[in-house]
Amino acid sequence: MRVQSSVEIGTEWGIVSARQAGRELSKEMGFNNVDQARIATAISELARNIYLYTDNGVIDLDVAEKAYSKGVKIVARDVGPGIENLRDAMTDGYSSSNGLGAGLPGVKRLMDEFDIESEPGKGTIITVIKWLR
Amino acid sequence: MKIPILKLGKYLLISVQVELDDQTALQFQEDLLNQIHKEGSEGIVVDLTSVEMIDSYIAKVIGDVVDMSNLMGAKVVLTGIQPSVAITLVEMGVTLTDVPTALNLEQGLEKLQEELEG
Repeated sequence: MRVQSSVEIGTEWGIVSARQAGRELSKEMGFNNVDQARIATAISELARNIYLYTDNGVIDLDVAEKAYSKGVKIVARDVGPGIENLRDAMTDGYSSSNGLGAGLPGVKRLMDEFDIESEPGKGTIITVIKWLR
Repeated sequence: MKIPILKLGKYLLISVQVELDDQTALQFQEDLLNQIHKEGSEGIVVDLTSVEMIDSYIAKVIGDVVDMSNLMGAKVVLTGIQPSVAITLVEMGVTLTDVPTALNLEQGLEKLQEELEG
């Protein structure tokens, strides 16, 4: 299976389209109902960060493969202001907006792999993977 | 997209049947409070059976709806939260504290009745 799609997050509707695309892909790949919800929720949080903090960004969805296993890979890319303090951003309860601060640490718990690269002034790339069990 | 609000005596019943985007959620918040004011409702059941995903922002809006309704003197019970939604909310660390919940619409109405009579 080679399904690559890319959703631009310019408006609130981008958030909805991205998580719907993620749910569809994970359903096609055979993820169970709970994992589909985890994936859709993680995408929603990542897309929301792009919408809130940057002018635009993209959510890429792809199939990840490793020996005997497949997964869904989500890459959230933006060229926004970047994250000044990554450690704060990864702390539960921390929020620089008026959200609940469940964003990034929450996403990390929902997914199996989590990687973040961010440079102030240049942007942020967050890559997460959920493996099919 | 507007979420329909049904009146049942002194209660309001809402079954959320649409994908909750931010705008819909905020519009619902406003519509519900206006309706409570207009009808003098004492209790509200919001059924979330058809909702497949609640992220931290939507959860915050729902929690706010409950708080705001309480301020106006109306009790809100949330019903029908799906297993997958409950799991993702807890894993994310989102807790809807002090929000009464019930398994389904029927039990939600019973809960309201108890609270209002008790």
